[in-house]
Amino acid sequence: MTLDAATTTLPASGTVRLAAESVSLAYDDRVVVRDLDLQLTDGSFTAIVGPNGCGKSTLLRALGRLLRPTEGRVLLDGRAIARTPTREVARVLGLLPQAPVAPEGLTVGDLVARGRHPHQSWLRQWSRDDEAAVAEALRWTDMADLAERPVDELSGGQRQRAWISMALAQGTDLLLLDEPTTYLDLSHQIDVLELVARLHAERGRTVVVVLHDLNLAARYAQRLVAMDDGALVASGTPEEVLTEQLLADVFDLEARIVPDPVAGTPMVVPVRRLR
Amino acid sequence: MTQLARPATRSGTATAERVRQPGETVVRIGPASGRVRWRHVAVTVGAAVVVVLLGAVSLGRGDFPIGLPDVLRTLVGLGEDTQQFIVLELRAPRIVVGALVGLALGVAGALFQTFARNPLASPDVLGITQGASVGAVAAIVLSGATGGSGVLDGVGVPLAALLGALVTGLLLLVLTWRRGIDGYRLVLVGIALWAMAAALTDWLLTRAEIYQAASAYVWITGSLNARSWDEAVPLLVFLAVLLPAALATSRALGVIQFGDDTARGLGVRLIPTQAAVVLVAVGLTAAAVAAAGPIAYVALVVPQVAVRLTGGPRPPLLASGLLGAALVVGADLLTRTVLPQALPVGVLTAAVGAPYLLWLLVRGRRRSTL
Repeated sequence: MTLDAATTTLPASGTVRLAAESVSLAYDDRVVVRDLDLQLTDGSFTAIVGPNGCGKSTLLRALGRLLRPTEGRVLLDGRAIARTPTREVARVLGLLPQAPVAPEGLTVGDLVARGRHPHQSWLRQWSRDDEAAVAEALRWTDMADLAERPVDELSGGQRQRAWISMALAQGTDLLLLDEPTTYLDLSHQIDVLELVARLHAERGRTVVVVLHDLNLAARYAQRLVAMDDGALVASGTPEEVLTEQLLADVFDLEARIVPDPVAGTPMVVPVRRLR
Repeated sequence: MTQLARPATRSGTATAERVRQPGETVVRIGPASGRVRWRHVAVTVGAAVVVVLLGAVSLGRGDFPIGLPDVLRTLVGLGEDTQQFIVLELRAPRIVVGALVGLALGVAGALFQTFARNPLASPDVLGITQGASVGAVAAIVLSGATGGSGVLDGVGVPLAALLGALVTGLLLLVLTWRRGIDGYRLVLVGIALWAMAAALTDWLLTRAEIYQAASAYVWITGSLNARSWDEAVPLLVFLAVLLPAALATSRALGVIQFGDDTARGLGVRLIPTQAAVVLVAVGLTAAAVAAAGPIAYVALVVPQVAVRLTGGPRPPLLASGLLGAALVVGADLLTRTVLPQALPVGVLTAAVGAPYLLWLLVRGRRRSTL
C-alpha cells in the first residue's frame, strides 16, 4: 500500500510542537509502524484515521512517550521526548488513553484533581492554582454539579467528559486522545467531539485524536492523517485526504464522497466492501 | 519548553473559584498545601487510640492480672520485681511485637492491593508469607540441634523466615517483570509461588519428627507467644526505614491506580515507582512474618476494612496499618484472657477479620473490586 510520498509531507505553518522523525515502533518483535514522519504544528487539530490494526493508537502512544521507538525519535518542542523527564512532559502534553478506568468509589472531583499531579509535590499537594484549575475544568466541562458523584456511577458520556475535564485541569498545551468516542452512542460522540473542538478553538489546545468514524473526523478535525499497515499514506485537509481512491486503497471500501449537508465537509457514503 | 501566552488556559491564579468537598478542609502554610479529609483523619486517629487502649488493657491482663495503678507504677520503674518482670519483660514486648506486626501487614496489604488494583493481592495470596513458612519450617526440621540433618544449623527460625519471604518476594518481582509490572500477572505469579511454597512446606513437614511438626504448626499459624525485645527491636528498626518509604510512595500510588498509561501521562516514573512499591511491601511482610509467623488475613482483610471506613478510592496506608495493629493486639488480648486455652493469635485474626469483611461486603454498595 503506497501512495505518492509527496502527499505525506505538509507545509508547516506555525511552530512544530510535536514531531515523529523516521519513527519505527514495535511490540517485542512485531513491527507495527515503520519509518514514519509526522509534524504537528501549534494550535492544530489533527485526526489520525485508518483501519483496525494500522498502528494509529501505537503511533499516538509513541507521540505521548508511552512507547519508545525502536528507530527514529519523537521530538517535543524540538527536544527528544525520550530524554525529557516524564514529569516535564506531563506539564506540556496531556494524554487520554482509550477507555481509561477509574478506581471504584473515586469521585469526579477527585478524578479531575488527579490531573494536577504533575504540578504537585510531596509538600505542595493542593495549591491555589490547583484548586482554581480544577474548579475551572469542572465548570468548563459542565461537570461541576457532578463533582461529588463517583465516576463509576456516571453514564458513558459523562464519564468521558470527566476524563476530558481531568486532561483540561492538567493544563497542557498539547492533548492526545485515543478514540475518545469508543462505546458512546452517536449523540454522546458528538457531545465529546464538540467539547474537544471547543478545547481547540476556545482554549487554543493543540489536539491529536485517533478516530474511527471518518465522517466525524472530517467534520471536526482541520487535518486528517491516514495510516495503513504501519505507514502514513495521506495527510492534509479532510477534502484532500478523503477521496474515493483512498477509501478503496486503505479501507477496501467502495464509497461515494459527498459534501456533509450540515458542515460541508466531505462525507463518506459506503457502497460495498471491495475484495 | 515553550510556554505560549494563552491567558485563557492559565486562568488559574486569576479566578478564585473553589472546589470544596464536604468534610474536607484545605490547609495552606507557606509553600506547603494539602487537603484534610476529616473522615480519614477520624479513622486514623480512632485506630491509633484503640491500639493504645488495647495495649494498656493488655499490659494488665493475663494469667497474672495486675491492676492499672500497678501497671502505671511498673512503667515508671516503681513496681515490685515480679510485676516489673511480667509487665516489662513478658507482656510489653509481646504487645509491641503484635502492634508492629499488625502495622507492617496492614501497610503491606494496602500497598499490594492498590498497586495491583486487586483486593486479592495480599502477601498471603501472593505466596510471600508461605515463602516465609518454608524458611521457618526448614529451619525447624533441618537443624542439627533437633536431630535433623544439620543443613540449617545456626540459622534461627526468624532469620530463615525473613530469608524465605525475601526470596519469594524477589522471585515474584523477577517473574512478573515484563517491561514493568502488570497487576493481573502479579496475582497469577503470586498464586503459583504460593502453591509451590505450600507444597514445599508440606513436604518438609512429612519429613519432620512429631515434636518438630508440632512446633512448626504453631509457627505456621502465627503466634505471639514468648515474644521478647529480641524480636521487637529488629522489627522496630525495619519499620523505621520501611514505613516512611511506604508513605513516600503514597502520592504516586494514587495515580498508578488509574492504569499504567494514565499514570505515565500524569508524569509518574512508572517502573522505578512500581519496583519501589513491591520491594517495600515485600520488606514489610518479611519483617512482620519473621517476628510472629504468618498471622493470617491481616494483610488481606484490614486494608479492605480501612477503605470502607474511610470511604476513599483506595486503602489508606497509615489507617490500614493502625487498624492492623488494633486487630492483632486485640486478638492477642482475647486469646490470652477470654478464650479457654492460649490459641495462636493467627487463628483469631482469621476468625474475626474474615466475617467482618463479609459483613462490610454484604452491607456496602461497593462492589468487590478496588
